[in-house]
Amino acid sequence: MMDVLYFAWVRERIGLPREKIETEAKTVADLVAELRAREDRYDLAFSDLTALRVAVDQTLTDFDASLDGAREVAFFPPMTGG
Amino acid sequence: MRISVQDAPFDLGKESTDFAQGHTDMGAIVTFTGVVRDLPDDPLEVMEIEHYPGMTESALREMAQTAVARFSLGDVLVIHRYGRLYPGEMIMMVATAARHRKDAFEAAEFLMDYLKSRAPFWKREVTAQGADWVASKDEDEDALSRW
Repeated sequence: MMDVLYFAWVRERIGLPREKIETEAKTVADLVAELRAREDRYDLAFSDLTALRVAVDQTLTDFDASLDGAREVAFFPPMTGG
Repeated sequence: MRISVQDAPFDLGKESTDFAQGHTDMGAIVTFTGVVRDLPDDPLEVMEIEHYPGMTESALREMAQTAVARFSLGDVLVIHRYGRLYPGEMIMMVATAARHRKDAFEAAEFLMDYLKSRAPFWKREVTAQGADWVASKDEDEDALSRW
């Protein structure tokens, strides 16, 4: 069971801030493929990965990162702090 | 070192004074403050700032620790707000204390450059025309390359 979090326009497109997902995905890319296959709103949100960033267990990483032992994955647009 | 992610406003004068006290070995204190700016052509009604609780604090702490090591800082303060902010309100501040001013200035710039594109905050601008997420800028990403 994995917590999947969405922020900013990703949250708006998917329509919820977080959900628990039962998944066997080995990498972030596998998880993205699973989500995209679910429903159009996911497919739309993940249509351009260059516009997205990902954090695994609250650390920024890449889409080819392993999900081995991961508890929390978050998807969001490039950050705009400051 | 103090990191604060908060919705409440902060008192720049008090924070700066408190930070400057107790550093008898540090000759230079630099503070930077970010303010919500109105938009010239399309007046800003409000800016909404979203963040990632938990990751935000740890990302800021890691940036601050890197700055301390790299610029030999005596102390660092980072305050960043989230929620609804109006034009003229202070969004965030950083303060750095070093023996000499060059390190204090550079550390403040380093922290600001990293904070812009590596701290998990997202800004949304609401105007009479509607609401839009602020897009990241290529130059913000490029700014990291100098460090």
